[in-house]
Amino acid sequence: MEKKRKQLRIFEIWRRLKKNRLAVVAFFILILLILTAVFAPLLAPHSYSQQNAKLANAPPSARHPLGNDRLGRDILSRLIYGARQSLQMGIIAVAIAATIGIALGTVAGFYGGWVDNLSMRLLDIYQAIPMFLLCVSLAAVMGPSLHNAIIALGIGIVPGYARIMRASVLTVREKEYIEAARAINASDARIILKHIVPNAIGPLIVQITMGVGSCILAGSALSFIGLGVQPPVPEWGAMISEARKVMREYPTHALYPGLCVMISVLACNLLGDGLRDALDPRLKN
Amino acid sequence: MARYIAKRVLMLIPVMLGISLVVLILIDITPGDPARMVLGAQATQEQVDELREELGLNDPLPVRYGRFLWSVLHGDFGTSLLTKRPVADEMLERFPYTLMLVTLGTLLSVLIGIPIGIFAAVNQHSWKDNAAIFLSLIAVSMPNFWFALLLIRFFGVRLRWLPISRVAVWQGWILPCATMALGLAALIARQMRSDMLEVLRQDYITTARAKGLADGRLIYRHALKNAMIPVIMVIGGIFGTSLGGSLITEVIFSIPGLGQYIMTGLYNRDYPVIQSGILIVSALFAVIILIVDVIFALVDPRIRLQYTGKAKRKAGKQVGKETQAIENF
Repeated sequence: MEKKRKQLRIFEIWRRLKKNRLAVVAFFILILLILTAVFAPLLAPHSYSQQNAKLANAPPSARHPLGNDRLGRDILSRLIYGARQSLQMGIIAVAIAATIGIALGTVAGFYGGWVDNLSMRLLDIYQAIPMFLLCVSLAAVMGPSLHNAIIALGIGIVPGYARIMRASVLTVREKEYIEAARAINASDARIILKHIVPNAIGPLIVQITMGVGSCILAGSALSFIGLGVQPPVPEWGAMISEARKVMREYPTHALYPGLCVMISVLACNLLGDGLRDALDPRLKN
Repeated sequence: MARYIAKRVLMLIPVMLGISLVVLILIDITPGDPARMVLGAQATQEQVDELREELGLNDPLPVRYGRFLWSVLHGDFGTSLLTKRPVADEMLERFPYTLMLVTLGTLLSVLIGIPIGIFAAVNQHSWKDNAAIFLSLIAVSMPNFWFALLLIRFFGVRLRWLPISRVAVWQGWILPCATMALGLAALIARQMRSDMLEVLRQDYITTARAKGLADGRLIYRHALKNAMIPVIMVIGGIFGTSLGGSLITEVIFSIPGLGQYIMTGLYNRDYPVIQSGILIVSALFAVIILIVDVIFALVDPRIRLQYTGKAKRKAGKQVGKETQAIENF
């Protein structure tokens, strides 16, 4: 019975989302990107690391549709494999941040009092360091690698999630059904897990969708300054950084990876916008 | 009012203490020995140990924390291990560049973002509105370092109109500022649009319309003034955040600012530079946000009340108007 109701709700959100054509397009672009990343070895026509001096900076050809980079590697294959790194950065970093943020925000919002005060003051300190500076410092300090960049991004963006979750929990806490749950002597853990979190998580879904986009963006920036994915593994930001060396002669080398980043981030933002309207139709005008 | 300001200033103290602790822990978990970094690979273990002792790196964390705070309170931010110059001096030399970049960048984004936001709101539901929203979404989604490279390639290399890395002449500031303004203008436009739409639905706007006020006058005299408050908060947040976010722009256009300084420090494990650099930039950030908030408390009595305790804070019902960092890279 309960399961059926949940399915109905998801179906309802999807029905409203479908009205927003841009959001639907964005949704399919993201699915396509994920499939590309998962099946990269099957899709990529060539190896991402095989160099070929004869083909260095070669223009597009039938064998290499987007041409070759300055070391003669196939650009298309590198873009396809690059989706793996970029999506990992976006999705895992947000997963880390959302998990910590949800836990912190729920506890702070539910218990209130000194717990709330303490965690909010800690977040104040956290947020007093400009976020990108914090991410860069963490990534530099832990040493440049994909994993460390993901951890740095994840830790860097926790406060936003925690605050949204807390604000949402504060409103849910006052609802009648929480009082009812208390009246039947439900334990705190049960109230939090069964009633508070599922009902408070709505506003966070939009933030998570858009967060994936901004983490892809920030991750590519980290790789661009050499603090993220290390060569020869391809990542879009790192590819732009590499293409910068031949920017004068072959500007298209930097064009493709930049477009990839832009399209994926744009898709996340459009879907986020669409979801916001679909989750809460009252907000729209 | 004085109480509000005093309270906010006092709240800065634990924040600053916390940041300096965070920074110290950051240095602590850094792999690689700073002393080894200074002396080079050829130095003997004894020399390294000696330098570690001299720099006080062997002391436990609380001792180093106390010492760091003590010297900062005396205005001593340490000496760069690499250049052997006081960090405070070097940062003071570089600060004008970052300030210039951030100020001009924010200014440019305001000049672009606000008209676009108003334009979109006034033309709501038309193709003009949709186009403006979509363009601003694209601008937010673009990596700004990539945009910078495209600008350099087009205006610097192809057309040869603008210098690409010489901020000695004023033309050199155009491309860096355009890079900074790209995403920020879009953020401002989006905020402006939503606040404007909100205000346009209010009763006093309907009244003004009923009086027969012309559209132009209505928007500029009545709506804009009221819609600007949240927008200015966003602008304040942007200005503060950009102090830390200008890092990539500085690196690309080789502007000798604070961001670049900290980056060099990070690459070289120059820990006094990292420590004091992050602390100073964060302090600047905090002070800017404080100034913005104080200005708003002057304008809006609701915010003031929240701190002076005359109105009991109710959970979930706070006015909650504090400038927040803008989460944009």
